[in-house]
Order: sequence, then structure tokens, then C-alpha cells
Amino acid sequence: MSTYKRLAAAAVAGLLAGCVTQPQPQKAPSLGTAAPAEEVAQLDISIPPTGQGLPPGGATARQGATLYAAKCASCHGAQGGGKPADALVGGIGSLATERPVRTVGSYWPYATTLFDYIRRAMPLAKPLSLSNDEVYALSAYILYLNGIVAEDEAMTATTLPLVRMPNRSGFIDAWEQKR
Amino acid sequence: MLQSWEREYGAPFDGYGQPSRFEQPIMRHFLRPYGDLAPGTGAALTPLEALEGIITPSGLHSIRSHSGTPDIDPQKHQLLLHGLVARPLKYSMPALWSYPMVTRVHFIECAGNSVRNLAPQPLQLPAGAIHGNVSCSEWTGIPLRVLLEEAGLVAEAKWLIAEGADSAHMSRSIPLAKALDDALIALYQNGERLRPEQGYPVRLLLPGWEGNMNVKWLRRIKVVAEAAHTKDETSKYTDLQPDGRALQFTFEMGVKSVITRPSGTMKLPRTGLYEISGLAWSGAGQIRRVEVSVDGGSTWADATLTGEERPKSFVRFRRAWEWNGQPAVLQSRAIDAKDQVQPTRKAWLAQYSRANAYHNNSIVSWAVAADGSVTNVYV
Repeated sequence: MSTYKRLAAAAVAGLLAGCVTQPQPQKAPSLGTAAPAEEVAQLDISIPPTGQGLPPGGATARQGATLYAAKCASCHGAQGGGKPADALVGGIGSLATERPVRTVGSYWPYATTLFDYIRRAMPLAKPLSLSNDEVYALSAYILYLNGIVAEDEAMTATTLPLVRMPNRSGFIDAWEQKR
Repeated sequence: MLQSWEREYGAPFDGYGQPSRFEQPIMRHFLRPYGDLAPGTGAALTPLEALEGIITPSGLHSIRSHSGTPDIDPQKHQLLLHGLVARPLKYSMPALWSYPMVTRVHFIECAGNSVRNLAPQPLQLPAGAIHGNVSCSEWTGIPLRVLLEEAGLVAEAKWLIAEGADSAHMSRSIPLAKALDDALIALYQNGERLRPEQGYPVRLLLPGWEGNMNVKWLRRIKVVAEAAHTKDETSKYTDLQPDGRALQFTFEMGVKSVITRPSGTMKLPRTGLYEISGLAWSGAGQIRRVEVSVDGGSTWADATLTGEERPKSFVRFRRAWEWNGQPAVLQSRAIDAKDQVQPTRKAWLAQYSRANAYHNNSIVSWAVAADGSVTNVYV
């Protein structure tokens, strides 16, 4: 008996027995293809608080000042005061007041997020255009404007994750609390 | 009187239908904080006041984008799945399109929806311009679990980082538990492939969770042990409390409802019988009950529900109302299957810093004046 006939016979037998077809658990065709490590490395731009994945290189705030003036100041203000885009500087100590000012300095819990975000999304009109050293330089400059690092303190894969942000303990993990 | 269209041969077929030209003014409401400097940054809100039923037409679905809408060629787009997996994999769009799929109806609400109702004075705008950063569609796609199983999760896997292919490369951390529960790799919306502004060719759908996490133009999922603390889950989408500390990872959207008809800027033309109609939804699951008040919350009566069998979906509620011409304040209050009750504005405000703009699910009030005009009021 052909496979088709055997299946047909089984189906008829099933009908005669009055059985109800149960929904099958979904089967997947496994169409993903292997992603080579070098391809993954090229696309993986995530930098977590541990700093894992931070590239080599580094720069100081002093090196970032000119770059900031050229690429960031028009939207974020000459000294990071904001307008039209978010303020990057100031507001430390304001969060519990009637007028909280949330900036990188006053609100962000991790300095690594600066590198991650500047690299992936800034400048708005030309993201992924800055070199790694330039991203380090801008991260250092914004931290310096907030009084968090010194002007000549180099931000690198080692030093950036060690920066203690003023609001580091200002967040409550609601997801963890709920579980 | 016999109308002209009854005497004339009608228009020829149209390859892609459009609403009647008489309905053309129904458009999304724009919220563009940077104006022409960044015209694709901000939000375009669903005109809830003009719609009925449960499904939002795809072309009116609310949009929240950080760097505009990318023009993605699906033949060049890939989804990469890597990190704490046994087999890092990449998927072409033709591959994803040929997977077995599931279809579900879900709302997506931006965590910043109804931020406009936190203005010091109530804004006199249509309901959708204030509360329309929420929409509901039928979504079709692949359970994310299927792809994660194909890649093989490593024991330490606890979170995913999802990332978009737009020039903002928007990224959010997502607990693995959600990914394995009801997360979808969404490919179709209301029967057709996703609209560009909704993430074409592929977006993440996390039913009931903050819109921001439903990453559009999905290009990469990295399986990790700890959250990445990206910009959009630290500096944004965290909920500042009065004591200066902020709630982080408040993923689920709260139980909420809004009366869409009658609503702000409308005018009742006569006294007599009206239908109060509105939408309710909850990120926790099904809507169990919606109550309507016409006296500013002194007394409540149950509304009739449509679609309440669907979890994490819009539910349409309706209640007949005989307007006698006296001033009235219309409110709705939703209760979900977990017995969570939509809070009053006052109770909601007390939980947060006045600077918090997220998760405003407080009760919405529309005042009807003696002349029939409907205004937004704070009660």
C-alpha cells in the first residue's frame, strides 16, 4: 500500500472511530543559518554595565570638547543644558524636589549607557559615524561637564564601567520585585 | 430626492482601497517635540474619537519613533539571534515568512500615552490627541519561543536585548520569561505585511507590555544574563516617584479605559438618547468589567462589553445614556481579570513625582455643558 493510501485508510479509520483531531504542537522548519562570529561581532553594539564589548581605545574630556561643540552642542546646548534635545548636564540632587531635572549627571545609573547610546544613535542625522575614540571622548566630556570625572581622566574599556554615577542606587527593579 | 450618484456610473476598481474622500480628514494626531528639525521623531496618535469597534485600521495605528521610519528592503534585512545560545543564527525574511504562524489580537500602548493629560490645565483636544498613543491590531507571526528553541538557550540565559534596524538602533532588555510566554516575531498586521512605520518587515510584539519594548524593524536579539540598561530603560521609561527614586522595568501596561464618544471637542446637538462608547484594555490580561459614570464618579453602572474574551486586547464598551440637558461629567472605570481597578486621577498622581510621564492609566473625565459642548476636565 502506498503511503498516501495508508494515510487515507488511517484517516477513515479515525473518522469511523469518531476521534477528534487534536491541534498539533507547532513544528518549526529550522531555517536559521549559522551566524559566523565575525558577522555577530560586527553587528553586536550592545554595551552592558559590565562594559563587556567595549572596544579598545579611549579619550579624555579635554579631547571631547571640540568634538562636542561641533557635533552635539547645536541640539544639546553649548554646556549640555539641552534644548531642543535633552539636557545632558545638571540637576544632581533635584530628583526628590518639586522640579526634578533628569540628565545624564543627575539620573543615568550607568556610564556605559553613554557609550552604547552615543555610538548607536548619535548624532541624530548620522549615527554610527563616530570612531570609537570619538565616542569615548564625548562620553568623557559629558561626564566631565557633570563633575563626575576629571578633565584629563581617560575613558577606556577599563575605566568607563568603573565610573560611579551619582544616581546609581536611585532605581528600584520593579520586575524583580514583582517576581 | 434622487441623488446624482444614483444616476451616474461609479468609479472603476482601485488596486488598493482608500477611505471615502468624505472621511479623509480622519488622520493621526502628530506630537513632534522637535518640529521640522526631526519630523519623524515623536509620535502620531490614533484618532480614537473617530473610530468604532476594536481593530485600529493599520494606516491609523499610532506611531512612536525615535529617528523616523527606515526604508527597509526585506531582501537585504536579516534577523540575528545570538548571545547565550548554542547556535547563533541569522534569518532572512523569506525564511521567516515560511514559518508556521499564529494570529492574535493585541493592543500596543506607548508607556508615555496620556502624558498630555498631565498638563497643568486640561488640554482641549480630541480624545485621540491626548490618549491615542494606543491602538489594537490583529498580528500574525512566529512565536519567539520557536526561534529561541531553534538556537538553543544556554542555562545562564535570563534576558534578551532586542534592537531595531532604524538609525536610532532602539534597544530594550526583555526578560526571557516574557519571550518564552507570548512574545511574537510579528510579520503581518491586520492581514497584510507590517506597515513601514509599524516595523516592516519584522517587529517584536510583547503583548500588554510598554510599546517601546515592541521593537520595530527588529534586526538583532541577543540572549544575555543581565539587562543591558539601555538609554530607553534608564533615562527613559522609568517612573520617577515623589521620593526621587524611580521604578525601573515596569513593563506591563495598567488597566485603563477612555470614553471615545462623546469626548473632548465634540458637541451634543440635542437632548435625548445617546450611546456612550469607549475602549478598555489591560496589559495583565482580559477586561472583566467596565463601569460608566455620568455624574463625575458618584454613581457607576456596568457597560456592555465586546471582545472581552481576548486578553491584552481592546474591549469596546457601550452604555445608553439619556441626556436631559443638564451639565454632566462622563467617566469610565475598567477592571481587569486580575481585579485591578483603573485608579482615579488623584490616586494615580499621588504615586509619582510630578515629572513622571509614564504609565498614566488614570480615569479620564469629559464634562458635558448645558449647551452640549464636551470638554476635558480634571476630576
